[in-house]
Amino acid sequence: GSLMMISARAFGDNAQMKEHHYTGPVEHKFSPYAFNGGTVLAVAGEDFALVASDTRLSEGYGIHSRDSPKCYKLTDTTVIGCSGFHGDCLTLTKIIEARLKMYKHSNNKNMTSGAIAAMLSTILYGKRFFPYYVYNIIGGLDEEGRGAVYSFDPVGSYQRDTYKAGGSASAMLQPLLDNQIGFKNMENVEQVPLTLEKAVQLVKDVFISAAERDVYTGDALKICIITKEGVREEIMPLRKD
Amino acid sequence: MALQDVCGLHNSPLFPQWSAPLSRSFMPENSTHLSGGGIHGEAFSTRLPGRGGLSPLEFYMPIAEYLTESPINFGQTSLTSAPTKLLEIDHLHPSLPSISLPPPTPFPVSPSVPLPFTLSHGTTTLGFAFQGGVIAAADTRSSCSGLVACPASPKVLPIHSHLVGTTSGTSADCALWKRILARELRLYQLRHHRRLSTGGAAKLLSHMLHPFKGTELCVAATLCGWDGDDEKHEQPITEKHANTPTNQMTASNSIVRSRSRICGPRVIYVCSDGLRLQGELFSVGSGSPYAYSILDSSVYWGMSVQEATEVAREAVYRATYRDAYSGNNVDLYHVTAKGWRRRERENLKEEYYREKERERRVIAY
Repeated sequence: GSLMMISARAFGDNAQMKEHHYTGPVEHKFSPYAFNGGTVLAVAGEDFALVASDTRLSEGYGIHSRDSPKCYKLTDTTVIGCSGFHGDCLTLTKIIEARLKMYKHSNNKNMTSGAIAAMLSTILYGKRFFPYYVYNIIGGLDEEGRGAVYSFDPVGSYQRDTYKAGGSASAMLQPLLDNQIGFKNMENVEQVPLTLEKAVQLVKDVFISAAERDVYTGDALKICIITKEGVREEIMPLRKD
Repeated sequence: MALQDVCGLHNSPLFPQWSAPLSRSFMPENSTHLSGGGIHGEAFSTRLPGRGGLSPLEFYMPIAEYLTESPINFGQTSLTSAPTKLLEIDHLHPSLPSISLPPPTPFPVSPSVPLPFTLSHGTTTLGFAFQGGVIAAADTRSSCSGLVACPASPKVLPIHSHLVGTTSGTSADCALWKRILARELRLYQLRHHRRLSTGGAAKLLSHMLHPFKGTELCVAATLCGWDGDDEKHEQPITEKHANTPTNQMTASNSIVRSRSRICGPRVIYVCSDGLRLQGELFSVGSGSPYAYSILDSSVYWGMSVQEATEVAREAVYRATYRDAYSGNNVDLYHVTAKGWRRRERENLKEEYYREKERERRVIAY
């Protein structure tokens, strides 16, 4: 439709080429943000939690690094995944780790997952007027040993979920997780609880699909598996193109 | 240390001897910390016992020039913006006895950082009072300009045992300010040995939000609560109110008397623009016009709890039907003299199918 109109208008009344309309020189204001891509995913099970992320760091059309995972281990029971602007991810994790140490020194115990989530919410909201451009997802075990996932928006709104995808491919992954883990929109299906093996396999399949369709996701997948024994890591290669 | 400042180590009330008083020389040039702590906090704490002069939450306010003029000059022309001076933290705001507010910002409409993302918005919430207490209901869809960020977000948040607040606007703003409000109310309860009334809570929230008027903060909350000391005061009131539809004259007198006793159900709307309204029925959000149509026709003071629940649920259902930004489930809370009670979250998907079935049967006959 519009393409035809432009070409029709290119020839004016006298069948002479008219100038195409263009908006003129555009002034770009300095932006303190950049988008570095990456996808993060977390799943909570009965007695485990998974936090997975791809390891590609990109900006615009280029790839900065193929080995930049987005999961950061905070305690023996909590892992955080941060995607968005890498500069803010680094600073935010540095601040969280410092606050964890402060808590440990004043209270003589480690912070629980729920407490870390509540603290992160206030840290993020403290910069409400100049936000951290980071999509956070915390995965870990709660005080009773059950899996917990807390998902955040860039300014600190959070809630506890069973599963959540964040980052560049989140809109593609979330509906798939809704269907496979949440059994949404499925009729007459037996809702079996998720086992660790099944969850890991699902996460791998889901990231392979994401790497197919999202340019910012790929290279490798790193999964942090949190159980009462501690945090274990698994790495799997993904598409590199 | 820079990391200490950012982490708020100097503000920790646990170890005052660790922290040096916050002075201008510690602050980096291009930023400013909007906190009531430090030297002014100490001055405050001598006058106002209890809080220690800390602001509700320390906020980082970017100074406009830092964002319009790049540190690296590419020959950009700088946008003409009002010259901003460093914040005058000197004058103090003794407007509220229990908390110290950050001073008003000198740049009321700050050209804030252009965000590369959108924040969650869009909703239907409602709250109304009747003889059996207060009903607060909301949908659970949290959308981010077209994407449903969360299909199961709680929009009715309990603040304390006899007060719930519905939230509309940016979810982060609502969640955090509710948390701050809950903390302030708890402190009030501990200091004064009684709960703050709904009106007082609304005034507190409104005053806390006032310094941020003109910024992009967006909070539109309906506080629904039950005021009163103990249950035995509530008995006579509910009987009087139950008589309302039958005898208007004496009922209105009794209403006036009971209002002056500041007891009973209360619904107050608070907005980040500064509006604070008391009323009997409010609906807020993108789906509110649809909810109002149901509520205005069906809500009356003497209705039973069962009827009120039905009406609230129907109102949210109709709003989710027509409004794209509302949907998923409906949350319902009922506040009485005994406190709030939460009705099981109901998935409205089933209701659509039930209604289609009813329509089909009606047409068939």
